[in-house]
Amino acid sequence: MIDGWLLNLLLIIVKSVVLTVVLLVYLAYAIYIDRKVWAAVQLRRGPNVVGPWGLLQSFADMLKFVLKEPVIPDTANKGVFLLAPFVTAMLAVAAWAVIPVNDGWAVADLNVGILYIFAISSLGVYGIIMGGWASNSKYPFLSALRSAAQMVSYEVSIGFVIITVLLCAGSLNLTEIVRAQDSQYGILGWYWLRLLPMFIIFFISALAETNRPPFDLVEAESELVAGFMIEYSATPYMLFMLGEYVAILTMCALLTILFFGGWLPPVNIAPFTLIPGVIWFVLKVTFFFFFFAMVKAFVPRYRYDQLMRLGWKVFLPISLVMVIVVAGILQFAGSAGAN
Amino acid sequence: MKLDQAAKSLFLTEFIAAFFLSMRYFFKPKATLNYPHEKNPISPRFRGEHALRRYPNGEERCIACKLCEAICPAQAITIEAGPRRNDGTRRTTRYDIDMVKCIYCGFCQEACPVDAIVEGPNQEFAVETREELYYNKERLLENGARWEREIARNIALDAPYR
Repeated sequence: MIDGWLLNLLLIIVKSVVLTVVLLVYLAYAIYIDRKVWAAVQLRRGPNVVGPWGLLQSFADMLKFVLKEPVIPDTANKGVFLLAPFVTAMLAVAAWAVIPVNDGWAVADLNVGILYIFAISSLGVYGIIMGGWASNSKYPFLSALRSAAQMVSYEVSIGFVIITVLLCAGSLNLTEIVRAQDSQYGILGWYWLRLLPMFIIFFISALAETNRPPFDLVEAESELVAGFMIEYSATPYMLFMLGEYVAILTMCALLTILFFGGWLPPVNIAPFTLIPGVIWFVLKVTFFFFFFAMVKAFVPRYRYDQLMRLGWKVFLPISLVMVIVVAGILQFAGSAGAN
Repeated sequence: MKLDQAAKSLFLTEFIAAFFLSMRYFFKPKATLNYPHEKNPISPRFRGEHALRRYPNGEERCIACKLCEAICPAQAITIEAGPRRNDGTRRTTRYDIDMVKCIYCGFCQEACPVDAIVEGPNQEFAVETREELYYNKERLLENGARWEREIARNIALDAPYR
């Protein structure tokens, strides 16, 4: 009895450590991809000096951040100031506990996984508010206020988008949601096609939710210098950046799971089905991350009132109507479209 | 007009067009020069690090006329002259250029009647302390020896325009 309990605990710890390490190494290359894509669109080369093709750049950056001195402003609330980046990073990584990277490969296969992710990503705003407020400085404070308003606004539309997916899949469990997309149609059977407008709204809301350009008003450098991160340096700064990028990867993973069939191969025939699901999952996440990086390169930043208008006056009505439409179709046809 | 605008923003047409435009740029050759490994070509008239030249027989060109010292707008050049010990000819006993003061205008090489002081093609002489940029005669002659081939070529190339 005790043995079984202990073994279970050990297994969970090992799983979590493996997931975190793989996630952080993947993150290092996600940042590299981000910088390279941005550079390529602007006809630059991007990082290409540290290691072959600059592949070790992120690790060199990490080393530099860790070795530098963290400067804490005199007027800052020291405890909260230092706690904020840890909160951001911890919450961002914690969301990955329920994400199934393959059939059954989730650290915790919660039956309310999607709610857990939703709750954790909503909590993410606390790190930013704490950081902005504890800095005791003008720009970080403004940025914290903006971030709170922005994340709350877009969580509403994300919530409705998720509801439509849940209506189609009939489960809150992320593994079940992916299984529900498994059909003989392969890529055409996934929810992105059936719920196309929702898929795009989710993508754009995910950009806003993670404070990515064009919705990076939280750290808009032309007006707020670096937003809530102005007073941060060295390791705390790195933890903020880490939290931000892990949150982006979480959103990419959610896009993959909710709309792009998670670990499922795009075509249900031999060469594709032989490739392990985890590779499909990583490929799809990378695919979405590429779009996140591209959007950063070609869309100018929104003005604050435009941002609010888009969230409340465009996305909210569209997603509300879509929830009703999807629910209606399901009620009268018995199922959503293809199956 | 309004409906047209609404349809455009609803179907994200401008964003899709922007995506394909930036994808075209994505695969274009890069504008950045990979600097330490690739370098831009430079003109024969390029005014870089200074050098004092010698004649092919090894004799210093400089005759200590001090025209360069006189014309130098930044007053970066300091010359002291005197008879040379073995043959009594007029030579410089001291020829210093303060590379920190120098504005690289090229007046010294324009003024020089014997093409002794020239600004060579070298631009990569960054150092870590200020003192290292106070060049003396020895240092300048050494530069002349190192860059003589490039300097001679540049002077020959530029000669028709002078």
